[in-house]
Amino acid sequence: MTMPGAAIVSWRNPRQTRVQLYLPIADVPVNIFLILAMGAAVGFVSGMFGIGGGFLMTPLLIFVGITPAVAVASVASHIAASSCSGAIFYWRRRAIDPLLVLVLLIGGISGTTLGVWTFTRLRSLGQLDLMIALSYVVLLTGVGVAMFYEGLRAMLRLRRGVAVSLRRSGSHSWIHGLPLKMRFKRSKIYLSVIPVVVVGLVIGFIGAVMGIGGGFILVPIMIYLLRVPTSTVIGTSMVLTLVTMLFATMLHAVTNHLVDAVLALILMTGGVTGAQFGARAGQKIRGEHLRMLLGLLILAVGIRFAVELVIRPDELFTIREGAAG
Amino acid sequence: MIARRALIAIAALLIAGAATAARAERLIVSVSNHRVTVTPNYSGEELVLFGAVEKDASAPAAHTAYDLVVTVTGPRADMVTRRKERRFGIWINADYRQFVQVPTYLAIFSNRPFDAIGSPDMQRRQQLGLNNVLLTQRVGPDYADVVPNDAFRSAFIRLRTEEGLYREATSAVTFLTPTLFRTSIPLPAEVPIGTYNVEIKLFSEGSLAAHTETAFEIVKVGFEQFVATSARQNGLIYGLATVCMALMSGWAASIVFRKD
Repeated sequence: MTMPGAAIVSWRNPRQTRVQLYLPIADVPVNIFLILAMGAAVGFVSGMFGIGGGFLMTPLLIFVGITPAVAVASVASHIAASSCSGAIFYWRRRAIDPLLVLVLLIGGISGTTLGVWTFTRLRSLGQLDLMIALSYVVLLTGVGVAMFYEGLRAMLRLRRGVAVSLRRSGSHSWIHGLPLKMRFKRSKIYLSVIPVVVVGLVIGFIGAVMGIGGGFILVPIMIYLLRVPTSTVIGTSMVLTLVTMLFATMLHAVTNHLVDAVLALILMTGGVTGAQFGARAGQKIRGEHLRMLLGLLILAVGIRFAVELVIRPDELFTIREGAAG
Repeated sequence: MIARRALIAIAALLIAGAATAARAERLIVSVSNHRVTVTPNYSGEELVLFGAVEKDASAPAAHTAYDLVVTVTGPRADMVTRRKERRFGIWINADYRQFVQVPTYLAIFSNRPFDAIGSPDMQRRQQLGLNNVLLTQRVGPDYADVVPNDAFRSAFIRLRTEEGLYREATSAVTFLTPTLFRTSIPLPAEVPIGTYNVEIKLFSEGSLAAHTETAFEIVKVGFEQFVATSARQNGLIYGLATVCMALMSGWAASIVFRKD
């Protein structure tokens, strides 16, 4: 028998599980291939439909066990990366309206700041997870139903042989009666800055709170409400997404320390690769089918959140380090 | 560093020995490692604590059967426990309790059930078992521990136990000989970094006979820990680095997959 006091080392051999990657900020071990596959799948979908995919990425991360707070903060940088390559693509084609971007950003930056502040406040009150889930239910079921319905109607019309006309009438709505008008040369529109700033504000706010780029709401709003021509709408929205998401990443990193760079890097790698294949696949499917599919997908995620809120959770108690605010 | 730590440990043992010199029993203990390094592929390990009971001539002859309780306390932190309630048809966080400076890791090991070691009163005084350990709560302006069956307190202990961070085992300490003992301290992958205090209490016939302390340190190394530390301490630089990473990978993707 060895003398007591002598250092007796009896370590159990650590299991060599290299596929398990430890996420430093999320504080959970994850399967690296699962996260890569999720990034690629969301990238595929986003390339297929021409959207950022944050509204799918954040929920998926929450479903695999990453806390909503870390998911939201980390996905912001992932969206920034994917919208960056998109923005470069449209910049080369001169399909970006710089002035429109600037005005949108005035609202976008303020909205993001407000969003991160709200996020921090809700987190200390212990209601962040609830608010994220509720926002997803409302936004996703709403958008999902609208998209599915729209796609279905277009498909039925096509089946009946009616030509689908792009609705871009020249009729003026109340928005065009607002003051502070400005000429946006590249988009060839003459528009009040008020609705533009408000749109930027709303997108920036929900982007920071929910971890989405907001492209899937921003593009329809810009087309139908602000009457921005299709030639500049995608590029402009991509630049807005890029800047607000970069800003959100910074704010989340400085105030809440919740951005998981390792997680973000895996998502980016999977995402940009998946997007390329998605874009190719998207060209082979008809537009109305695509919209119906996307609508169904969005709806499904929304319903999943709703179910989780309504059924009694297995565990009613939660522990979090820190002081209650 | 390690050498200095060992010296401190030896000094501590000597002081502890001197303080209890008048007593009949003396405890000599050591842990297998005073500095546990957690690497990225760490999946939980065990630390071994060895010790011996030294008796001098003044020890009562009746003192032959000893009981031993080992308490490992990790770094302390404030924690909030919240309870979900059904409001407006959905489950939301409603009530909460603030736990003030409670251990992030806590393990209480003994060689026999606590009831066999001493009276309930003594168990409470010596904080034997998770039910008797002091967990201060702040209720409004007051600071107090509550009854062991309090809903928040028991939920807190249950959740920490499920994570493997709070443990209680009444057969974990083994006496190899009547005076030589050992126990292993399991450290799961989620262990918080910091200094861990190990308190060893020797009981004989229902009362405390000797008492000593030792400590070990848990450090995390590797890329992941570097990331976690910089995120917490240099938020601005970390944020800038993440932003640059996003821009770089976006730019790289547009080069690699350039369509025109």
